[in-house]
Amino acid sequence: MLEGILIGLTTAFTGTNLFMVIGGCLIGTFIGMLPGLGPMSIIAIMIPVAISIGDPSAALILLAGVYYGAIFGGSTSSILINAPGVASTVATSFDGYPLARQGKAGKALTVAAIASFCGGTIGAILLMIFAPMLASVALLFHSAEYFALMVVGLSAIAAFAGTGQVGKALLMTFLGLIMATVGEGALFNAPRFTMGIMDLQSGFGFITLAMAMFALPEALYLVLDPARSNNEAGGEIKDLRITRDEAKQIAPVIGRQSIQGFLIGVLPGAGATIASFLGYAVERNIASKEDQEQFGKGSIKGLAAPEAANNAAATGSFVPLLTLGIPGSGTTAILLGALIALNVTPGPRLMIDEPEVFWAVIVSMYIGNLVLLFLNLPLIPYIAKVLAVPRTFLIPFILFFTLMGAYIGQNNATELLILVGFGICATILRFADYPLAPLLIGFILGQMLEDNFSRSMQLEGGIGFILERPMTMGLLAFAVLLVVLPTYRARIRAQGIADGD
Amino acid sequence: MALDRWIALIILMICLAYGYAAFFTMDATLPPFMQRNPVWPSTFPKILSVSGGLVALSIVLGLEKHTGVGKEPDIEYTRLGDYKIGQALFLLGLMVAYALCLRPVGFLGSTMFFLIAGSVVLGERRFHIIIPVAALASGGIWYLVQEVLGIFLRPWPFFLGV
Repeated sequence: MLEGILIGLTTAFTGTNLFMVIGGCLIGTFIGMLPGLGPMSIIAIMIPVAISIGDPSAALILLAGVYYGAIFGGSTSSILINAPGVASTVATSFDGYPLARQGKAGKALTVAAIASFCGGTIGAILLMIFAPMLASVALLFHSAEYFALMVVGLSAIAAFAGTGQVGKALLMTFLGLIMATVGEGALFNAPRFTMGIMDLQSGFGFITLAMAMFALPEALYLVLDPARSNNEAGGEIKDLRITRDEAKQIAPVIGRQSIQGFLIGVLPGAGATIASFLGYAVERNIASKEDQEQFGKGSIKGLAAPEAANNAAATGSFVPLLTLGIPGSGTTAILLGALIALNVTPGPRLMIDEPEVFWAVIVSMYIGNLVLLFLNLPLIPYIAKVLAVPRTFLIPFILFFTLMGAYIGQNNATELLILVGFGICATILRFADYPLAPLLIGFILGQMLEDNFSRSMQLEGGIGFILERPMTMGLLAFAVLLVVLPTYRARIRAQGIADGD
Repeated sequence: MALDRWIALIILMICLAYGYAAFFTMDATLPPFMQRNPVWPSTFPKILSVSGGLVALSIVLGLEKHTGVGKEPDIEYTRLGDYKIGQALFLLGLMVAYALCLRPVGFLGSTMFFLIAGSVVLGERRFHIIIPVAALASGGIWYLVQEVLGIFLRPWPFFLGV
């Protein structure tokens, strides 16, 4: 292995390749900030450039840089203007945006950068050591287990069911699941609930919904209440660095979530989105009571968890790609295309036939992370300055970016009308104190949940698969535990206090 | 009745309509070979409509008791008139206009108009700043999306070709 790392290092540490990483990270970060252009689309756009380079290692290094840059850029827009452009950064905005509103945008970005860096690095190390082993484990996961995994992901909504809110959070989840069924039916792709409208045939666009649920109501709130844009810090950006105390707080979170995120990322099809929701749910549910109160209101733990998990999962998704030739996510599918175009066939023989490509990818992922950290930490004060732009300019631009995000994805002007319509509905829901995040979680997970459920029903011939497959059973039990345990603990504690009185 | 219960009532109606569609309109058109599947396209919607309806009903009837202290809402919807509701409605109208104009008028024109009008509505009067900023932003984004990324955006009005 040491020999392999050395091969990778010598490949990666040439002038051109370092330039590729830096260039890729910068391009990825800046384009990734535009909502609507996630890692997948940016990599797809960069493929012609990468192929024309010719050298597979250099091309992969460029793409890895773009990938990491895009993930970081996506978190930036979630944190600063509450506009998650990619499904995997939705969980980032839960706690990132409240932090930004408290005037701690710089700190939030720093935490995000550090958590992403650690997640990516730990992921790269795990990839290096365990790739061949994990590949065989990933194949043990069938649709039944995926279904159970989605259920665990759905348990993240428990975080939004505060006191007296359980019904509302549940209702929003059901609404999200209902919206996910619009479009094409499970397994056979016949249209359903489209009311004969062609534009609905492919379902509601994720970005449209994310913008309508998060960015648009927030922008409208800023318009309605001018005092709101002067956040508590008076528009000033303070607390750029994290303190030693906070570092101690988030270190275990990052460690746990990097490993968990990596393991989820290894499973083909689960990917970074589930990893980030699961990371958020797990961290919230195992946090102490005081910390739990903070989740959703600007907890740095709640920000670090999805960020670390997201990046580790992105690295983890390379395991099935490099060892089995199975692309586990949209992004790795595009990378697979790029690799084949460069005359490299990923698969079990890659490590033997072309070790330099395999190791160059791993080392370049690590370097990409490092470069990103050093490029972005000094840039953070300037990025955070976005919030200091006068509101008369900021608000029209936020609205414009939400519109652009929805438009670029689909190239369809009807999508913009849907966006405005849903935005108004979401604002009214927010007036009545309905949590909007569960709706989006339900929407994102709903489709995968239904597909995997029906697939496993078909394969196993009935609902019995839950009992017959111990892993499914275990995951479902884990989901129940995640929901029940915190309530139970809270009750015990409440009783204790009552006794003391 | 409070706003949240009105909303729950509306969602209940949506669930009923959705449930009607799932229970009575979908299965008849199902091809015979699909009927042999354990899960039909209507199975999930049926479950969702029933459980969603029940949860909505429980909110409408106020079954869940509010144990927590009601936290101060960011915006009190009963006094919407005290806020800048006019500006908000105007901006929403502007977004609709943008959606309708984007294709016929072209990206550059409609974006510039949107950004300038948006700033003016919010009370900005320094036109010597607004106009260059809007022009720069729409031009820059157009260049990025169309030329660098290769996603088609019609720049000019329809009568100029392209």
